[in-house]
Amino acid sequence: MATSELLTVASSPHIRDKTSVEKIMFSVALALTPAALVGVYVFGWHALWVLLTSIGAAIAAEVIWQKLRGQRLRVYDGSALVTGLLLGMNLPPTAPLWMAALGSVFAIIIGKQVYGGLGANPFNPALVGRVFLTASFPALMTKWAFPAGYVDAFGQATPLASSVEVPMSKLFLGTIPGCIGEVSAIALLIGGLYLLIKRYIDYSIVGGILGTVVVLSLIMGVDPLFHLLSGGLLLGAFFMATDYVTSPVTPRGRWIFGIGIGLLVMLIRQFSSMPEGVSFSILLMNAAVPLINRATRPRIYGR
Amino acid sequence: MPPFLSAVYFLSCILNYGGDYMPKTFRGGVHLEYHKELTSSRPLQEVEASDVVIIPLKMHVGEQCKPLVKKGDRVLVGQKIGDTDAYVGAPVHSSVSGTVQKIDTALLPSGLRGPAIFIENDGLYEVDPSIRPKGLIEDLTPRQITDIIREAGIVGLGGACFPTHVKLCVPEGKHVEYLLVNAAECEPYLTCDHRTMLERTEDLFYGIKAAAKACGADHVIICVEDNKPDAIEIMQNYCDGQCQVVVLETKYPQGGERQLIKAVLNREVPSGTLPYEVGVVVINVGTAVAIAEAIKTGMPLIKRAVTVTGTIVKNPGNFIVRIGTTMDKLRDVVDGTTEPPSRIIYGGPMMGNTIHELDEPVVKGTSGVVVLSRDESPLIGEPDPCISCARCVDHCPAYLMPNILERMVAENKLDKAKKLGLQDCIECGTCSYVCPSKRHLVQWFRVGKMELAAQRRREEDKAKAKETGKAVSTGGGM
Repeated sequence: MATSELLTVASSPHIRDKTSVEKIMFSVALALTPAALVGVYVFGWHALWVLLTSIGAAIAAEVIWQKLRGQRLRVYDGSALVTGLLLGMNLPPTAPLWMAALGSVFAIIIGKQVYGGLGANPFNPALVGRVFLTASFPALMTKWAFPAGYVDAFGQATPLASSVEVPMSKLFLGTIPGCIGEVSAIALLIGGLYLLIKRYIDYSIVGGILGTVVVLSLIMGVDPLFHLLSGGLLLGAFFMATDYVTSPVTPRGRWIFGIGIGLLVMLIRQFSSMPEGVSFSILLMNAAVPLINRATRPRIYGR
Repeated sequence: MPPFLSAVYFLSCILNYGGDYMPKTFRGGVHLEYHKELTSSRPLQEVEASDVVIIPLKMHVGEQCKPLVKKGDRVLVGQKIGDTDAYVGAPVHSSVSGTVQKIDTALLPSGLRGPAIFIENDGLYEVDPSIRPKGLIEDLTPRQITDIIREAGIVGLGGACFPTHVKLCVPEGKHVEYLLVNAAECEPYLTCDHRTMLERTEDLFYGIKAAAKACGADHVIICVEDNKPDAIEIMQNYCDGQCQVVVLETKYPQGGERQLIKAVLNREVPSGTLPYEVGVVVINVGTAVAIAEAIKTGMPLIKRAVTVTGTIVKNPGNFIVRIGTTMDKLRDVVDGTTEPPSRIIYGGPMMGNTIHELDEPVVKGTSGVVVLSRDESPLIGEPDPCISCARCVDHCPAYLMPNILERMVAENKLDKAKKLGLQDCIECGTCSYVCPSKRHLVQWFRVGKMELAAQRRREEDKAKAKETGKAVSTGGGM
């Protein structure tokens, strides 16, 4: 305690938890890696290039925007990395690289920055990018690649759109057609459980979605396991619905949010012309978040 | 709570505690790194006062004292040197014998400047002859006990510094079922309450008995966190029919009055009221010992137990420090630090105040001195934007939404902030602690509360001005 040293004077608390935005974002990216690697393994090198392009374009878009606007460079927080990676994993393995780049730029600029950047966007940026691409290039967005030997047995569609039954083991491992990052249930579960154990994501959103899908499947008389493992449900439930910025902050709100997504997913899958509805369900519930937050405010202690 | 969650909670309790017992707790809060092992086995040790002691005229919630001595007066240990007529307030006493050097403003641990009496310590510690034992608890009426407590200048030693006689004088028509003795000591690093329980058990129970009589409590519950098993055992051995020990989960802020009541009795103190509304009075371990001292020996509150600690402190420990002793004296007592300190905190690291200079005095509410290095308490520049991660909402022990409150205060929407519970915030700092964006949440709430208080004062002034027909300046504020 040398008196010559200046003391810091500050408002309490004087200690802080070691978590940071960067740590959380990089953990999410790490948790996504197994599923991305399986995608590359199943679909080949082009899938890797798609992922790298979408990540690179997302980061570049973020840097350029922040430079042009004269803002503090925040790209190191890792949120652009996660958005780019998620978007890439939501693209079909045959996606042309320019499309991946375009989707990423759209996701970062229109999905996030125009609202004021990190923390201010109402919709999940990666999903905004994906839906933009689906609406603009429907043919390219549904051009699937097929793991070896798949076509002969099951035809040229994803399991949800197919009329032939696909064995559960293939759904688990990921040797099915689909988006790069959504095919391997086992890899997604590993990443998702890692985030749950680290408490980086909330079990009530994941539980709400998966629980509702199971219950509704049973009611509708379809195979619940098939619905859990197919389409982008696991990717969406663990990695996109749980996005902090675009999900409710109250404990009850998170359950409602999760259950709402599960409900919409099953309604779209069973009653609409689209085979797959995870993206739209999450985006629709994103729009309801301010309302949910307001309606589920916790009761204050002593009131 | 949905049944599924209850089941998970129940299971996790059993897994965590081997099914021995189920410690009680409240919802929210946070588990911290406690560092209590640095000092928990260091016995309380008397230390010399500094050559000049600085006794602030306000070390409590309420009215500031007026000095009863002047420059050049000789004062004795325990002599009353400042007092107030106000009901909410407490007198101050000299902790040494010596000469009044000056009455001047001093920089105080609260971060504000305030008037204080500077006394040159003659090192003789000559005790004021008027200090005499006050008799047996059995012979004293509740009113007499609270008078003794007031005259002894006793305030809540947990850090809040609310005058104890006010706390114990329960208003007409209210009945106190439970006197809770707060021995949670939930702030990291601090162990002085722990040591007090081990070493001054007899005085502690004497003080509890007096306090229970003063407020007319039916039952006494001693509340200890489960990280102090030796204290729990001693407390259990001493407890008799009227008194009981409750073991609490080690979780911050378990020692918060409202959280303690929730955990132990599952009662909530209504917003804006005091605990006696639900039949409870809470006093701290140190306060009980001070009460015992005041009755047994007649000595007012002139010293207190203080933990001086930190991983960079060479010789940390628990000390009995005379009020007004300055930090440079305590630095010598612990042999300094191994590297230059970044922050010196009076109180714990979650709610304490940093001092500016080493000549700031230990006051009645100084439960510890925690010295942190730069690595342990990094400077936070501009925080990251809020990412709505909900950690603050999930951990808030007052069940507020700090993320939204912060925005309301920052945008100066104070009416809305008030509706959302700004004044229900206990300023425990949990929200700021857990925030991954390192936002200064609780700091904003303090700003908002101060602004509300300033608004209230302005309105009162206006009302007064209307009454007297005089114009009163309405400027000022924050």
